[in-house]
Amino acid sequence: MTKGHHPSSATRRPDRAALFIAAVLAAIAGLIFWDVSRLTGAAGYSQVGPTTVPYAIACCLLGLAVWTAIEAFRGDFPERERQEVAPVIWIVGGLAAQMLLLNIAGFSIATGILFALTARGFGKRKLWFSLPLGIVLCFAVWVIFAKLLQLSLPAGPLERLFF
Amino acid sequence: MATFEFLMQGLLVAAQPMNLLYALIGVTLGTAVGVLPGIGPALTVALLLPVTYRLDPGGSLIMFAGIYYGGMYGGSTTSILLNTPGESASIVTALEGNKMARAGRGGPALATAAIGSFVAGLIATLGLAFIAPYIVKLALVFGPREYFALMVLAFVTVSSAFGDSTLRGLTSLFIGLALSVVGIDQLTGQARLSFGVPELLDGIEVTTLAVAMFAIGETLYIAAQGDKGPDKVEAVRGSVWMSAADWARSWKAWLRGTFIGFPIGAMPAGGAEIGTFLSYAAEKRLTKHPEEFGNGAIEGVAGPEAANNASAAGTLVPLLTLGLPTTATAAIMLAGFQQYGLQPGPLLFATNPQLVWGLIASLLIANFMLLVLNLPLIGLWVKLLTVPKPWLYAGILLFATLGTIGANPSVYELGMLLAFGLLGYAMRIFGYPIAPVVVGLILGPLAEQQLRRALAISQGDYSVLFTSPIAAVLLLIAAAALIVPLILRARGRGEVLSQLAANED
Repeated sequence: MTKGHHPSSATRRPDRAALFIAAVLAAIAGLIFWDVSRLTGAAGYSQVGPTTVPYAIACCLLGLAVWTAIEAFRGDFPERERQEVAPVIWIVGGLAAQMLLLNIAGFSIATGILFALTARGFGKRKLWFSLPLGIVLCFAVWVIFAKLLQLSLPAGPLERLFF
Repeated sequence: MATFEFLMQGLLVAAQPMNLLYALIGVTLGTAVGVLPGIGPALTVALLLPVTYRLDPGGSLIMFAGIYYGGMYGGSTTSILLNTPGESASIVTALEGNKMARAGRGGPALATAAIGSFVAGLIATLGLAFIAPYIVKLALVFGPREYFALMVLAFVTVSSAFGDSTLRGLTSLFIGLALSVVGIDQLTGQARLSFGVPELLDGIEVTTLAVAMFAIGETLYIAAQGDKGPDKVEAVRGSVWMSAADWARSWKAWLRGTFIGFPIGAMPAGGAEIGTFLSYAAEKRLTKHPEEFGNGAIEGVAGPEAANNASAAGTLVPLLTLGLPTTATAAIMLAGFQQYGLQPGPLLFATNPQLVWGLIASLLIANFMLLVLNLPLIGLWVKLLTVPKPWLYAGILLFATLGTIGANPSVYELGMLLAFGLLGYAMRIFGYPIAPVVVGLILGPLAEQQLRRALAISQGDYSVLFTSPIAAVLLLIAAAALIVPLILRARGRGEVLSQLAANED
């Protein structure tokens, strides 16, 4: 990670992504101020209460937002490597599918889908192969962890078929 | 010597068959995971935390320590044979080790790394055993303000002293601190930043955050780099045994590495990486074979590997005696202690000596196990390197979500995992370090507690934080650790610091 200026932009245009980060940091700080301002009357006699530290953190975040914005205008942020979007979407899709299906389809099927979609993100296109493989693997994991180690992993139709 | 008695008692605890089994499982898992490229010990411990809910505290902590040590051993194998360090503390090993492997001397490189790790682990664990009681005594005079100052120092060194940007390090830290405020306030019971969502009242799980940031963030980042062709694994040719000349050149480097690594790990300076870089520099200066450096010098493997393991033991000194984690792995181990309602620190030595000394003694045993696992069985670990990437990362995500589901099988927890995974990915793109978020989340509530205690004692007078000599010195060091790197970077001397970046562990 080299700390470099943008080579192509001779006029040093502000780094939009970095400005966005600055805005997010400021928004988090604002959120903390807004939430903590509702906690009142708990300061106690030492003037130090549940609001002290959140206020301090929010102030620091505001400061960091300003600092980030300055670096954004000066183009001090490091170069980003080009990111492939498709694999990220496959994997995030797999995680989302697992999250939504977990309690309906059970651990093996939901996590098997995650397994296959992650492998797809890394270039294994044969879903007809990787999906059954993932489900069988996850079923074995379910047996080991839910049955032998007593972990509470949700069961679905597949698990109920056997146990 | 009381230390000897405690250590002997600890050995009795550690030698119980169940504890030996836990240690063996720990070192085996640790080595396996350390060997896999891209997964460090921090992630392994985070993944296994939920699985061990039902084990007894002593046994599972012994297992975690085994994983930590095993990960340090395993990382060297990846560096030497693949040139892709499994964890950041092995980066330096890759410099000389991979050159040795390419020249057909992979066997001796692996051997000097394993034996060096053993020697360093042994000396440093004994060092831990002998130093810990003194630091515990010192820590007993610490009040809330001294603890607060110590934590501020840890925050600064973990986030901004090393790495390539003070701004991004501090931003990571404050994201972690902001997350640590979520939930019910420990002292007054008021809900903060929970926005009426009942799940947020418990705060944010350290393990969920760590697994999301390390496993999911890393997987997304690697996937987004696209296919760059398969990595080349160097086969181990010839004998793994070292010649007499190798021994003669290695043993001094092992000892020097140990004595460089241990103090650096023991100070709240964060990371095993720094010790490895210093050790490499020292070996390069002292060697009688300067022409070999850069082409596979055995000292360049022996020293840094010893330093690496010595600082791993060193980081246990502040963790066990002060309850202060200085690396991401130590932070997650602290979460492991808290899972059983134990708070590491001077009191733990008094209230639960069996556990603490059993843990320390088990490290000695783990070291012997690791030597056996890593020298004769090296071929087995090398096979792990040939697992194709798609299956490897699909498996990592399988186990990452398994841990979270096992701890709390809810859609909400998996949603948090996904959200923090995306955050971890975004932070990697923009070069934000990950460790400060984890350390901020776990240390934030502890620091807040100490600060509010100190201020309650002084009735709100902030000057009390600076008027104790110990606290003042600690805060001064913290300020120096914040300001000096800023000046160095402003003068364009930042490359050295960014090389010392503490990313993973």
